[in-house]
Amino acid sequence: MNHMKSDSSIAIRVSDLTKKYCKLTAVDHISFEVRKGEIFGFLGPNGAGKTTTVRILTGVSEADEGEAFVMGHETGTLKAKQVTGVVPETANAYTDLSGWKNMNLMGEIYGVPRNVIKDRSEKLLRKVNLYSRKDEPARTYSKGMKQRLILAMALISDPEILFLDEPTVGLDVQSSRMIRNFFQELNSDGKTIFLTTHQMDEANQLCGRIAIINKGVIVKIDAPEKIKTVIRGMHSVEVKFGRLANHHFLNSISEVKSVKKIGDRYRLYTENPGKTVVSLAKYVSVRNIEIEFLNVLSPSLEDAFVALIGGEK
Amino acid sequence: MMSDISIVCQQAKRAWIIARKDIRIYYSKGPVVIFGILFPVFLFLSFAVGRNLSFEFLIPGLLGMVLFFTATSISPAVAPWEAQARTLERLMSSPLKSYTIILGDIIASFVYGVLISIIPVLAGLGLDIKIYHPGVLVLGIILAGFCFSSLGSIFSAAPSSMPSTIMMISAMVKFPVVFISGIFIPLTQLPEWGKIISYISPLSYFTDIARHCFQGQGYFSFKIDLVVLSVFSVLFMVLAVKLHQRTMPKRI
Repeated sequence: MNHMKSDSSIAIRVSDLTKKYCKLTAVDHISFEVRKGEIFGFLGPNGAGKTTTVRILTGVSEADEGEAFVMGHETGTLKAKQVTGVVPETANAYTDLSGWKNMNLMGEIYGVPRNVIKDRSEKLLRKVNLYSRKDEPARTYSKGMKQRLILAMALISDPEILFLDEPTVGLDVQSSRMIRNFFQELNSDGKTIFLTTHQMDEANQLCGRIAIINKGVIVKIDAPEKIKTVIRGMHSVEVKFGRLANHHFLNSISEVKSVKKIGDRYRLYTENPGKTVVSLAKYVSVRNIEIEFLNVLSPSLEDAFVALIGGEK
Repeated sequence: MMSDISIVCQQAKRAWIIARKDIRIYYSKGPVVIFGILFPVFLFLSFAVGRNLSFEFLIPGLLGMVLFFTATSISPAVAPWEAQARTLERLMSSPLKSYTIILGDIIASFVYGVLISIIPVLAGLGLDIKIYHPGVLVLGIILAGFCFSSLGSIFSAAPSSMPSTIMMISAMVKFPVVFISGIFIPLTQLPEWGKIISYISPLSYFTDIARHCFQGQGYFSFKIDLVVLSVFSVLFMVLAVKLHQRTMPKRI
């Protein structure tokens, strides 16, 4: 703990954290650190332990073993809660209250002075495009609007750390993009962001580092680009033919490790995309088949994620 | 560094914020207010109509019924409602102690119960009934309001997010209590075993205070009524906080 307090560059420190529900170990002795000013992604399949970890870090649940600190304060304490803002997966504003009153309520609970609440509420609601509907009950808001409202509510106390649990799930493209841009702005203002998500693109685009959790255990922590090197060499060639190709032939190309049919395209997984393309060219020229589309893809974060958590379902 | 006293003051202020939120969301609805008044009144009338009873006897009983039913009507459902709406999770991640959230719910229920209980008092005054000890009546209403609100909060400590389950538990306790607390039958007319049971009901002591104040006589002394009500209030509040602290994480 003393070490934590002396290390001013660390925003979150988790050490040997464990949480059990009866016989199920939801979080199993995980340890990691998040640096101040970082956007840290927390990825995992359903039931991996992401939300349990966030709940412990935000003081909603208690750990059975281990310890966690937020800005040097033990999680669950008033001081730790005071410096954090939380955006849970389910928008949980008070739907009977207007957007404005929800902002006021959260401001008062966090002990923000009244004049600051007023100024900050106006600024934040304008920022998330809700100011014109601030006096309407939150139950009349769309899902995207509710999600933007709880983001604004989480920022009313100007927290140092923001915990975001699947913040863009189920939102339309515009709302998702708006929220992501806002996260980047907040991060450039120095806020530390802890983001749990299923969406690989979102994690790839936003996060400086990512932790991948599976079955309660962290399997990898690193920058997205470095995580992708887990499956270094495993490229893919995506191809669409003018007419149906011989699946057997595609499998017989020596460089191809596996073939997957995705809609009207084939994805060929290979360590040598160049040679694979040459083999394909030979195949189509002999049979006079037209290639309508061909694309060579580098390993994606999603590929690395699937590889790390032990394959597809 | 915040001292323990300043933390308690800060949390007391935030409990009031929670109470204001509860009043605005759960108590300020027309049907809730009307139900709070009409239900005990009709229940009481079903007993009183056709019997030759004086208003001096009826008003203390009505006051006890109204305060008991209103102070325990909404508070049992607040925790399951908030758990269902996931707003409880929001409160738990905010800089609030768990006792602050529970105390806020109790305060809202107390305010609602006390405000509604003014109606039977005014009805008594309108019927030219003399209040012998107005100060004691006010103190009794305040104490009983806290006591019944805390009792209501205990009902909701069961780790269920279904308001209907909680309301059923609440009704199973509340209705028998009404019949053994000297509301319909004065404690003096109860059989010995009935008297013994009535001693464990906090409503008996408040009804007794009300009888002292409206009829000029009661079963226990004022001192006993006020002390026992105070003890019940503290006991129920501590129990409500302890039980909720245990069950609150299970609601999430």
